[in-house]
Amino acid sequence: MDFSFTEEQSMLRDTVASYLADHYDFDKRRAVISKEPGWRPEVWKAFAEELGILGAPFSEELGGLGGGPVENMIVMEEFGKALVVEPYLGTVVIGGGFLKHSGHAGAADLIGGVIEGKVIFAFAQAEPQSRYNLAAVTTTAKKDGAGWTLNGQKAVVIGAPFATHFIVTARTAGGERDAQGISVFLVEKGAKGVTTRDYPTVDGFRASEVYFENVSLGADALIGSADNGLPLVEKVVDEAIAATCAEACGVLRKLHEGTLEYTKQRKQFGQPISAFQVLQHRMVDMFINVEQAVSMTYMANIKVTDDAERAKAASAAKVQIGKACRFVGQNAIQLHGGMGMTDEMAIGHYFKRATMIESAFGSVDHHLARYEFLSLGKAA
Amino acid sequence: MNLDFTPEENAFRDEVRTFIKENYPAALRKAQDEDRPLTKEEYLLWHKVLAKKGWVAPGWPKELGGTGWTPTQKYIWSEETARADCLPILPFGMSMLAPVLYTFGTDEQKKKFLPDIYNGDVWWCQGYSEPGAGSDLASLKTKAERITADDGKEYYIVNGQKTWTTLGQYADWGFFLVRTDPDAKPQAGISFLLIDMKTPGITVRPIITLEGGHEVNDVFLDNVKVPVENRIFHENQGWTCAKALLAHERSGIAGVARSKRNLEKLRSIANTERSDTGSALLTDAFFRRKVAELEIDLTALEFTELRTLAGESSGKGPGPESSILKIKGTEIQQRLQELALEAVGHYGAPFLRDLSGSNAGVGPDYASGLAGDMFNGRKTSIYGGSNEIQRNIIAKAVLGL
Repeated sequence: MDFSFTEEQSMLRDTVASYLADHYDFDKRRAVISKEPGWRPEVWKAFAEELGILGAPFSEELGGLGGGPVENMIVMEEFGKALVVEPYLGTVVIGGGFLKHSGHAGAADLIGGVIEGKVIFAFAQAEPQSRYNLAAVTTTAKKDGAGWTLNGQKAVVIGAPFATHFIVTARTAGGERDAQGISVFLVEKGAKGVTTRDYPTVDGFRASEVYFENVSLGADALIGSADNGLPLVEKVVDEAIAATCAEACGVLRKLHEGTLEYTKQRKQFGQPISAFQVLQHRMVDMFINVEQAVSMTYMANIKVTDDAERAKAASAAKVQIGKACRFVGQNAIQLHGGMGMTDEMAIGHYFKRATMIESAFGSVDHHLARYEFLSLGKAA
Repeated sequence: MNLDFTPEENAFRDEVRTFIKENYPAALRKAQDEDRPLTKEEYLLWHKVLAKKGWVAPGWPKELGGTGWTPTQKYIWSEETARADCLPILPFGMSMLAPVLYTFGTDEQKKKFLPDIYNGDVWWCQGYSEPGAGSDLASLKTKAERITADDGKEYYIVNGQKTWTTLGQYADWGFFLVRTDPDAKPQAGISFLLIDMKTPGITVRPIITLEGGHEVNDVFLDNVKVPVENRIFHENQGWTCAKALLAHERSGIAGVARSKRNLEKLRSIANTERSDTGSALLTDAFFRRKVAELEIDLTALEFTELRTLAGESSGKGPGPESSILKIKGTEIQQRLQELALEAVGHYGAPFLRDLSGSNAGVGPDYASGLAGDMFNGRKTSIYGGSNEIQRNIIAKAVLGL
């Protein structure tokens, strides 16, 4: 049993942290997200070429750093602290995850492209009526000769405006919410029949509604097995949850630290408001929430590689992190008083990200229900 | 970063498991199963078995009888003893006084007191709290005046009242905080004394707690004569000892392994009990949600404790963040008790326990005593520095407020 980081892992953290300290301060980010294109391709290039972090979770034979979920966790936590909007989660964690686990024939080339910063993925999974059910898929892929024809709409595809490729879940058999009959496809963004409606998200990211109209896919577009893609989707989404929890830890730490700092300098009734016990205890409860979130994030990222424990661990962590995001986020704003309501202070931006993380890949309620099923069996 | 045990650690786990199975005292197991109050001798049965084996003091330095276990081995030990429902070793001598003794005591004091603590031959009690000094411990008033007696030796004459003295009715000796300088600042005038409970002038009076049990006591001290050599550390510097002791009292208070076991009990009760619709209570949407949230909370606490342990093994020691373990640990213990009581419905009410522990055939066996446990369990967020005090500690020591 070991909770320490290796030397390489600590170096990875330092590399990312020091790059972000130099290139990703709050004002810079604010300027970037307020106008098109809403991200910095040059930062992505630096991730690939200067830092080499886009290969963090890939094996050395594929050109990566030989890491796994713990490396993703380290990168994502640092990204959370700086509210990085560049698409590491979609590209490296999710896209990379599908390629690694599926044994897709083109995986090595595509991962090579990811590591070089040339291939960027967005995960086109959710649909207007799917809520958080990964099996609720109405987008269809109909067999057409050796390949498929894709039709449907995907909702709020995070990072889609930056992407070169989409990873798309589509129904190849069965009814709207059947677990069977789901397949996963790789779709080039430039393919004929793919259109997007791009927009910013409330937390400074970019996303799209993505429409597929008679998009013609080759046989090699299929990732994993036909009709039985759901287990692979669940596995990759659980990994994405573990990584998102890590991002949340970075966000939560900043919310907590920012609140401590602010209450120490803000004076009311002739003293710093941090002297009031009611606020001190609130900040202690925030601290406990942050520490428990970090503990659960470690747990999830360690257990996510163990298929027997993975789902339960991811859902447990997402519940804990979702609750922490709400408690710490809302109290951070509360303790900042009126200043917390302004766009000019960083705290509000962390709060907005925390709020979106709460429901990313499923809300607290969704994951409690999933956890209950996995731990306690079927409900009455 | 991994959760794997080494082959040696797995072998250790097997060894512990086998040892418990083969050596746990049958009489004690029977008494626990009957859920009746233990006698003084029964309390010490398991302690003596472990003392003989050399496993009674995992927290002590190796040269004084500690096991020399790694933090992981200690974790395995606490997991396994909880899983087997072993009676916890009484903390008063073993984990409260002993660290003060071996940190601040003279060689003579160590030689005189530590072996008896180790072997369970002397029962210690704690004389800290007073009727007017609970969370504000430093305001204690029990006073000790130093005199030279007719025999030419120096003594303290102690007068005052201590309270909440747990299991003081069995105690042979007690460790007391007393005021030796009434004019100094509250923390500065306190000394740490060891007092033989048979000394004339000591009266122990039971306090019956709300569930009906006799666990705690008032201790009255009326001109109690204590030899000066029974003082630990310097005169008026007992607060240093007291603080060290409180830090030890906090660590281990999370009770993760025991809560895991109690969660299993709760799940088993809720699988037997019926919901309004006749299905198992554990399939009821509202009840199972509460169980699931508690289970997740406990997982978070377990990993926070593991992180603390990892910090300790890298030499950082239990810091003020162990206050988190106290707060969350006790909240979870109380929640488990609440839900167990909630689960048994009507059969939470009968008050039939007598000294034989019988529920007299009323309701299921597992329902007997659940209300009492829940009532009694309210103490956990009060003792050892109330959870509000723990928040003050974190605010000051960790957050710098």
